[in-house]
Amino acid sequence: MSTSNLTTLPSFIQDVVQAYQGRPSYLLQMLWRVQERLTCIPAAAIDSLAKQLNLSHAQVEGVARFYSFFHETPRGQYDILWSDNIIEHHQGKSELMTTMMQKLGVQLGKPRADGRVTIDNTACIGMSDQGSALLVNGFPITRLSKTKVNKIVELIEAQVPLADWPTDFFQVRNNIQRKHLLLGEDFESGAALKVMQVKGAEATLADIDKSGLRGCGGAGFKTGLKWKLCRDAPGKEHYVICNADEGEPGTFKDRVLLQAYPDVVFEGMTLCAKIIGARKGFVYLRGEYRYLLSALETTLQKRRSQGLLGDHILGDPNFSFDIEIHLGAGAYICGAEMALIESLEGKRGTAWKRPPPFPVTQGYLNQPTVVNNVETFALAAKVLLQGAEQFAQLGTAQSKGTKLISVSGDCDRPGIYEFPFGVTVREVLLACGANQTQAVQNAGPAGRCVSEAEFDRRLCFEDLNTTGSFMIFDRTRDMLDVVQNFARFFVHESCGFCTPCRVGTSIIENLVEKIHHGNGTQGDLKDLSHISYVMKATSNCGLGMTATNHIEDTLQKFPQTYEKRLKWSLGLSPSFDLEGSLEEARKLAAMSNQVAEAA
Amino acid sequence: MSQPSTITIDGQTVPFQEGQTIMEAALAANIYIPHLCYQRDLTPDGSCRLCTVTVNGRNTSACNTKAMAGQQVLNNTQELQDIRQTLTRMLFVEGDHICPGCTKTGNCQLQAVAYYVGMLSSHYHHFYSYRKIDASHPDYFIDFNRCILCELCVRASRDVDHKNVFGLSGRGRKTHLVINSPSGELADTDFAVGDKAAFICPVGAILRKRTRYTTPIGERLYDLQPINVVGDAQQIHAGAKRHGNQN
Repeated sequence: MSTSNLTTLPSFIQDVVQAYQGRPSYLLQMLWRVQERLTCIPAAAIDSLAKQLNLSHAQVEGVARFYSFFHETPRGQYDILWSDNIIEHHQGKSELMTTMMQKLGVQLGKPRADGRVTIDNTACIGMSDQGSALLVNGFPITRLSKTKVNKIVELIEAQVPLADWPTDFFQVRNNIQRKHLLLGEDFESGAALKVMQVKGAEATLADIDKSGLRGCGGAGFKTGLKWKLCRDAPGKEHYVICNADEGEPGTFKDRVLLQAYPDVVFEGMTLCAKIIGARKGFVYLRGEYRYLLSALETTLQKRRSQGLLGDHILGDPNFSFDIEIHLGAGAYICGAEMALIESLEGKRGTAWKRPPPFPVTQGYLNQPTVVNNVETFALAAKVLLQGAEQFAQLGTAQSKGTKLISVSGDCDRPGIYEFPFGVTVREVLLACGANQTQAVQNAGPAGRCVSEAEFDRRLCFEDLNTTGSFMIFDRTRDMLDVVQNFARFFVHESCGFCTPCRVGTSIIENLVEKIHHGNGTQGDLKDLSHISYVMKATSNCGLGMTATNHIEDTLQKFPQTYEKRLKWSLGLSPSFDLEGSLEEARKLAAMSNQVAEAA
Repeated sequence: MSQPSTITIDGQTVPFQEGQTIMEAALAANIYIPHLCYQRDLTPDGSCRLCTVTVNGRNTSACNTKAMAGQQVLNNTQELQDIRQTLTRMLFVEGDHICPGCTKTGNCQLQAVAYYVGMLSSHYHHFYSYRKIDASHPDYFIDFNRCILCELCVRASRDVDHKNVFGLSGRGRKTHLVINSPSGELADTDFAVGDKAAFICPVGAILRKRTRYTTPIGERLYDLQPINVVGDAQQIHAGAKRHGNQN
């Protein structure tokens, strides 16, 4: 940070605080402004924010240092984050990234001496269908190739402003491969609201209930019941929150909905607002999707001018509702609704202590709150247009309607597939042109690893639950690379609140690394299983409880992946390589092996 | 008059009052459930997970789960002791807990719990955390490498002392205790002898200066009786008597 920045800092912070009326619940948004201006959140800014918001220094520091997009030290003028999901690794990410770092002469995570550029890794940015991909100052560049990387290097060396980079670099494709009820029909803004206006809120809720719609974020709670519980909960205010923190690696369906169908999503939120009696709604947009922000704001503005948001919606004097977009800042845990609410309130995104009061009774600012996934809101709007009966005819007994599946990895046609619930893994593989498939990681690293023997299993709540992520690995892939990538992901994303997840994820990473290096033993496999069991049995929230599903599954279904690498079949644990260490000593003593042996 | 509500813990009938947690009911009945981040006067945190018990077949933390009539709680089972041993090992490898070199030895809850759960080695690779110690304060020093992130000092300082001296920062494995002052140093706070937060640390992270090794080996708190007998309350009490209101 330059000295001029330092002297003007207090007045800048004052402006930032005032822009959000000094409300501490907007701390995350304020920190974004600081980060954008200074490329980091220096201690002086924390101090200034704390004073002006009347919060403790430690509290602001605790929030600023929780989110991975907020940095303690300055970043480069071009801040590049490479998406680090296993899918991108399979797309050649490592080689491309190394080339870029070498050409620019920059080390991982450290700004170049002239402050021009930083290069780092980040968790999946939701572009697995068009990777490798990176974010430069928050904007995604997808389908990276050697040529593109070379061009980016040139642009950075020539200090070309981002606005003047080739616009096609920043094009993000929707890649919609299969449409059904949600993506197939044209949607006219306000159409579902008009249906509700005729039917009334009560009958609309009955429709949502009758349709059998369940939450698409993974837990599958019945949407109609959730809205009803929230409506009936007493509170000063009621809130609608759209969870757009799509952090599960390999998922990108919410990105496509927000990019191509934002009106449907906002319409669903507005329906919910009328039903539960909310005047305010939030979209919690993951920081990785910051590039969508201005287009989303435009859509909101358009809806306001159409009388579909704001005061007296569709002329109804008792229906006022508006939506605000809050930006997350790089924390997978915030996709969990309890952590999301903490984050929305301007706090560290840690999971709530158990036992929870549920958000429907005590959510945002302790008021009754509905938190639903992007897809759930969009489907709610569609239910109203297509009719609950028609919706309920699709899918299976317990899983009604359709599901968006984000397909990535080893197949000919990655992208978004909308299938009725109950589609088999094999059918999806066939549709996307996958050959020689070894495994499918369903529902992301926290989901289940499905082997060939299970390809006739169905994607639905009764069988294979899905959040939408569907990552394909063919027979050329080493599943231990996959495991290692996932293990690292969970180390990075554990919130750190409870012992088993905070420490267990790192122990798992160490063990997997040891096995990957060929130094593992049977004892290490036993330790992997045991740590996994303890994390599942004792973690405070779902993150820790599911963080080792991939370990459990691969140990069981792909044991050879581990066993072929084991160094010792006994339960011994060679924690260091004796020969390797001696080699170093021999080099130091300028002795070759032969000399040593002869001596 | 209605029957008092009861739960069972390992088959033993335990009465409880409306609103009590399983931990509170257990303590009142002199049943020990291992714990590190729980103290009876503070809002429970539920972060250490040592007090994991099985309630009607499901695992939960006893410190923040309300007792409900008829609950069947399993506590002292081999399965739960194994789990607790692993959790204790996790805390040992995460920080620098070299008992012979720590002045808290013999009075340390982490060490006492380790004995109780039968931990003979830390088993997993140590993380070798490296954090600067804070010796700025005239009466206390803090070794952050021994902090187990239980937040007892955070809660005590905030809710009892009303000084708000501590907080947590960072995320995941990088989560760490911070001091609430612009310099980040303890000397720049009003932390003082007699604060509840000054003698609540269950491990050797917050230590009083010039009080090292005052009790001979064999006479220290957990030398005399194991933690499942003596618990932690007495330690706090003893700490209060030794350090509190001296000035």
